[in-house]
Amino acid sequence: ASQCCRNRKPHEEERRVRANDREYNEKFQYASNCIMTSKYNIVTFLPVNLFEQFQEVANTYFLFLLILQLIPQISSLSWFTTIVPLALVLSITAVKDATDDYFRHKSDNQVNNRQSQVLIRGLLQNEKWMNVRVGDIIKLENKQFVAADLLLLSSSEPHGLCYIETAELDGETNMKVRQSVSVTNELADQNNLASFDGEVVCEPPNNKLDRFCGTLYWRDKKYTLTNQNMLLRGCVLRNTETCYGLVIFAGPDTKLMQNSGSTKFKRTSIDRLMNTLVLWIFGFLVCMGVILAVGNAVWEREVGSLFQSYLPWDPSVDNFLFSAFLSFWSYVIILNTVVPISLYVSVEVIRLGHSYFINWDQEMFCSQCNTAAEARTTTLNEELGQVEYIFSDKTGTLTQNIMTFNKCSINGQTYGEGPDPLDFTPFNPLADPDFCFYDDTLLESVKVGDAHTHKFFRLLSLCHTVMSEEKSEGELVYKAQSPDEGALVTAARNFGFVFRSRTPGTITTTEMGRPVTYTLLAILDFNNIRKRMSVIVRDPEGRICLYCKGADTVLLERLHPCEQELMNVTSDHLHEYAADGLRTLALAYRDLSEDEWEAWSESYCCADKATSCREDRLAAAYEHIEQDMMLLGATAIEDKLQEGVPETIAVLSLANIKIWVLTGDKQETAVNIGYSCKMLTDDMPEVFIISGNTVHSVRQELRRARERMIELSRTREGGKEEGIEGWKQLQCPPPPPSNLMDNISGEFALVINGHSLAHALEADMETEFVSTACACKAVICCRVTPLQKAQVVELIKKHKKAVTLAIGDGANDVSMIKSAHIGVGISGQEGIQAVLASDYSFSQFRFLQRLLLVHGRWSYLRMCRFLCYFFYKNFAFTMVHFWFGFFCGFSAQTVYDQYFITLYNIVYTSLPVLAMGIFDQDVPDQRSLEYPKLYEPGQLNLLFNKREFFICIAQGIYTSVVLFFVPCAVLSDATQSTGEPLADYQTFAVTTATALVIVVSVQIALDTGFWTVINHVFVWGSLGSYFSIMLALHSQTLFLIFPNQFHFVGSAQSTLLQPVVWLTIALATTICIVPVLAFRFLKVDLKPQLSDTVRYTQLVRQKKHGRLGARGGSRRSGYAFAHQEGFGELITSGKNMRLSSLALASFASRHSSGWIDTLRRKKPTHVQTPPRGSVPLEGSGCCIQQPPPALCSYGNQTE
Amino acid sequence: MMASSYNAKEEDGHHPGASNNGGPGVVKSKKPDNTAFKQQRLPAWQPILTAGTVLPAFFVIGLIFIPIGIGLYVTSNNIKEYEIDYTGADPGDECYNCSQNFTWNSTTPCVCSVPFTLTQPFESNVFMYYGLSNFYQNHRRYVKSRDDSQLNGDSSALMNPSKECEPYRTSGAQPIAPCGAIANSLFNDTLELYYIDSNGTSNAVPLVKKGIAWWTDKHVKFRNPGGNDNLTIAFQGTSKPVNWRKPVFEMDTDPENNGFINEDFIVWMRTAALPTFRKLYRIIQKKSSSTPTLASGNYVLNITYNYPVRSFDGRKRMILSTISWMGGKNPFLGIAYITVGSICFFLGVVLLIIHHKYDTRNNSADIPG
Repeated sequence: ASQCCRNRKPHEEERRVRANDREYNEKFQYASNCIMTSKYNIVTFLPVNLFEQFQEVANTYFLFLLILQLIPQISSLSWFTTIVPLALVLSITAVKDATDDYFRHKSDNQVNNRQSQVLIRGLLQNEKWMNVRVGDIIKLENKQFVAADLLLLSSSEPHGLCYIETAELDGETNMKVRQSVSVTNELADQNNLASFDGEVVCEPPNNKLDRFCGTLYWRDKKYTLTNQNMLLRGCVLRNTETCYGLVIFAGPDTKLMQNSGSTKFKRTSIDRLMNTLVLWIFGFLVCMGVILAVGNAVWEREVGSLFQSYLPWDPSVDNFLFSAFLSFWSYVIILNTVVPISLYVSVEVIRLGHSYFINWDQEMFCSQCNTAAEARTTTLNEELGQVEYIFSDKTGTLTQNIMTFNKCSINGQTYGEGPDPLDFTPFNPLADPDFCFYDDTLLESVKVGDAHTHKFFRLLSLCHTVMSEEKSEGELVYKAQSPDEGALVTAARNFGFVFRSRTPGTITTTEMGRPVTYTLLAILDFNNIRKRMSVIVRDPEGRICLYCKGADTVLLERLHPCEQELMNVTSDHLHEYAADGLRTLALAYRDLSEDEWEAWSESYCCADKATSCREDRLAAAYEHIEQDMMLLGATAIEDKLQEGVPETIAVLSLANIKIWVLTGDKQETAVNIGYSCKMLTDDMPEVFIISGNTVHSVRQELRRARERMIELSRTREGGKEEGIEGWKQLQCPPPPPSNLMDNISGEFALVINGHSLAHALEADMETEFVSTACACKAVICCRVTPLQKAQVVELIKKHKKAVTLAIGDGANDVSMIKSAHIGVGISGQEGIQAVLASDYSFSQFRFLQRLLLVHGRWSYLRMCRFLCYFFYKNFAFTMVHFWFGFFCGFSAQTVYDQYFITLYNIVYTSLPVLAMGIFDQDVPDQRSLEYPKLYEPGQLNLLFNKREFFICIAQGIYTSVVLFFVPCAVLSDATQSTGEPLADYQTFAVTTATALVIVVSVQIALDTGFWTVINHVFVWGSLGSYFSIMLALHSQTLFLIFPNQFHFVGSAQSTLLQPVVWLTIALATTICIVPVLAFRFLKVDLKPQLSDTVRYTQLVRQKKHGRLGARGGSRRSGYAFAHQEGFGELITSGKNMRLSSLALASFASRHSSGWIDTLRRKKPTHVQTPPRGSVPLEGSGCCIQQPPPALCSYGNQTE
Repeated sequence: MMASSYNAKEEDGHHPGASNNGGPGVVKSKKPDNTAFKQQRLPAWQPILTAGTVLPAFFVIGLIFIPIGIGLYVTSNNIKEYEIDYTGADPGDECYNCSQNFTWNSTTPCVCSVPFTLTQPFESNVFMYYGLSNFYQNHRRYVKSRDDSQLNGDSSALMNPSKECEPYRTSGAQPIAPCGAIANSLFNDTLELYYIDSNGTSNAVPLVKKGIAWWTDKHVKFRNPGGNDNLTIAFQGTSKPVNWRKPVFEMDTDPENNGFINEDFIVWMRTAALPTFRKLYRIIQKKSSSTPTLASGNYVLNITYNYPVRSFDGRKRMILSTISWMGGKNPFLGIAYITVGSICFFLGVVLLIIHHKYDTRNNSADIPG
């Protein structure tokens, strides 16, 4: 890769490439085919990386502080107190960048060193990819990757055709056809190609994958080139033995590389909050600095000027104002630790740890496709714990995108309701063993040779655009444009009508064991308007027939009038199938006479060659022939749901997450899927369908839906309020009508069509749409374009301050995945386009519940606890200097030893909080799946917000006050037992520092809810390291080597031997911790969060089991026991789900009312509305009467 | 940070799932390891705040702190302490004249005497302190104005003191030893104590001037340059601090207490944390077990008033104190312990009441329902 050069020409207007002429092409200095995604090499790494790092504001800020410290009048700390942490932070980042870059180098090298065959001076030579130049002709073989963007010159296949798979490029798995310009295709062999000297003039490099325009000049003739002639880098050659191509774009100029732009950087809301808070802290810092500087001015004027006989002013600082100015900067330096440099690094480390936990989770591993979950970005983890809206694609996400031929109706007879799967092997050796069908009467009908049935399957085997690949005799692989088509062709195959192969002009099948070749006269292709496709074929006997399949709505209109009766029966069947959630197609044929065919063929050719309105004229021609058809029957295909989808959706909606399905499918299908995955239920009072075609009608429909919602919810609320919450009406007036929509608590659903959505997304309707849609539990948008998907996501992001998550699998979901706060890609299904754009990827929709409810929840919890503690500990640490300022003449003297200041954040207190941030768990994973309500604090942003931040800060400041004034009061008069006073600066410093380390260690011990071995090691290790490092730094050995650096010699020893010092530390610690302890206890005892209750319950259960000896030994046996099986199985049994939700509902109601009742009796003026989490769910009334049987009997057994 | 999303591996089609065409033998399972660490199932202790743990903790803290506090308070009360302010700020004070007539250059020292009466005898060793108020030994510029290398006997630092000592680094062309503002402002009042017996004769109370500094300071941190043979030679070429009357090698006649290792000097060099502080000056050792070290009666404190503090509203005190296992008189600690202990105990009671009255959590293994 080192040979790559990145000299970029300023701008390329057009590209000229002459084949086989390197000298000519070199004039233009086109990029070589060497790609370089790495950023550094060994020489440039240090300067470039440092330059990049100092572009970060935080790093620059610390550099600025470092420079300030070099000014002796300002320097209140020694230089290394800043440089050590800064160097540490910079080097950690540098190591990370270096590792990333190393892997990029490796992958670059791997790609660059791939071999390809290049035609040089008439000979094929093996060259590395990176040595391929623009203008070279290279030879590709089947299944090889295309090395650069090539102009296809010739192919081994007829007509210069060449098949490629573009999955890596655009995510589409179906094969595509490329064709060479006919003149070059004639050059078939190597020698001719070697003398080919055509010149291509084309557009400059760009990122449009589906467009190319250029011209080939050869032998004084012009040939137009389009995308149809191009093979793009990243594609794989399929079904083509060999082909030759001319390199047009190489390396960084290829469309693939042009498309891989830098990714948009997503930030979490905690990130944004953190940045705001850091700014506030800066403001706070400046305020402190100003206060202290004013103090300094006053002091220097009133006291310092008089004290000059003992401490004269510096000659350069001869007045109090200048002194105050300098002291401001000195204090900025000292107090800078309120914004710890290690904050950002620690946050990154924690997130990285969480990402690894996601990657390592076995329960998000799909063994079928051998894919583990992958956190592709490491910066969003905690936001997974705050998701309120999920936007899901349907196909491939909720459904498996596996279509199975489930039922069919032939000549008025429906098939597909049998008990056992059929075995096709004895009947048909070419059958696909994976195909299942449940009705043997259909097979019988085929066997007896029913003409309709045969025609039905013949149609299925002929009317499609599937490609077949026959690896060995009988081992057929179909490559289908859509899985529906694949399913239909496979069905025909199993019933004895095997599609074997096709050429542009023929289709070869094996019908009932007999090979037949049809001449393909025309394909009347499918499009969204026609909703049908037809083929016209001539059978070996010379009869011409048109076979058509399509949507029932369009097809039934075009039948021969005599078909009325059959049509009625079949459409009944079609309705049945649709009601079952199946996808249906109607099939028909028409026999054509030779004359009819010729007449039509002529008009078709005419239309095809037309230059203007070609599309319309073709459509008219198609329309003309697809008339008077004879109905054959209908097919029904099942779109299989992915495993665990309904359960996951149920759990997620219990967690108060709103799920929107955005699909390109039609309304009926989407609604069907909605029902089958339990998003829509029959209990729903109303499902609103918005399908208006004009702005006006959409607005009307939305309005009507809203009115209806208010009406319905009012009748329900009314009943409830009188019953359970009657008292509430006495207290709070009914909510004003303006936010009436927010209070709707019904189970409504909204289905909206693509064209209505387009109107709903218009600026003046946005709010109306959002308020209606957000009041619904489920929203289904059908017939939406990829762009609309993104627009819907953006809309919610704009109007609701909620975290959105988009999940999808296909290229059409990319825009949505990119615009949502969190994008999740389903891997291992279609292409990888969605996965590449996503932040997280896994292979099953059901893993989403684990990702959100377990990993997201934990990440959020850990991050919040981490941040709270982090700000607390730094305020406790730093603010002591502020109080000391009032006693040391505002001279910016530090309280602690400089080494302590250096090491406090990076050694003494960093690891325990990191361990908490990485490993803490409040409740075990299966509990958070069992009680989805546990997810709510994250959505409401309860654990870390501005209020929590101020509480932390206040606690930190309180601690600093105690830490300063308690030693101050005790030590000012205290003496050692030998009579020497303890009030000297060094003893004071050691005492305060020790007290600080102990207090923050006790605090982290209180905050840590999950003490693993690592936590123990880190907490005790930090304390131990504090004492040992301090003793070492205060030792005689170091002093004797550097007497000017270690002033504190002997302080630790003589201080820590004093009982008074330890009594002081104990006193300060108690004063700091006791209020916190009391406060936390009260909170847990009086107003427990659900997590507290779950945790407590866990403890009680453990104790009981311990006593009964049922699960003696292991402490956390309950955990391990339940962990054996995935949650999916638990849910599918059905019991667990229902119970836990019931239990939960009753918990919420009992609990909140109990607590509120208590309060109400106590002081009626202070009633607060219960938090959203504890609003009783519907049905809670019956739950109280009927407690969840399993859980209660469990309790009874043990009591 | 802004990684390009292109990755050669992905171009290769080796993406998970996409590559799953081969048989099970060919494709290595990517299933994550089933280890407790990776699956976040490490055994862990999960403490929670329950009434059963928190309330006893409060009572225990209370029950430990209150006796300790009482003990500390009693101990502290048994310590005898006597303090005289001899600044001479008011015209009626004995040292008023000395404080007014002060000049740094005066050759005749100003002496004043302060009589006082001890109503109770001081048993065991008595420690004599001088205290200064409003004296900012903890000012940043003051604290750093010293050269520990020089004080540790480093000869190069002796002749070339650190820049931190400015403006007390050099005097004329000669380096100052010891340099810096701390050394320059050495407290140089001389205090003498006389016992006036019933006859009215005054007997000098013997004051011991050794053993008043930290061991590490005396033996490690402070060392005279060039061994201890002849300090006059060792300090040759250096100048005395501006405020000093005598050079550093004439601090004391005892070679073990002269030069940098003079204990008065060492005590002064250990800077105080707060602007009001006391420093150990002398020790009055117990003579015999039968007689108190300082009997009750009349005393006179003779002060050679060299150290001016009036210019900045400073105060000078002399303190006599006895010592217990926990040091000198310190009522704050005892009171603080009793207060904190009582508060804890009281909090425990309050929380217990609250817990019993309002507890909403039943004691079963179920989520209440």
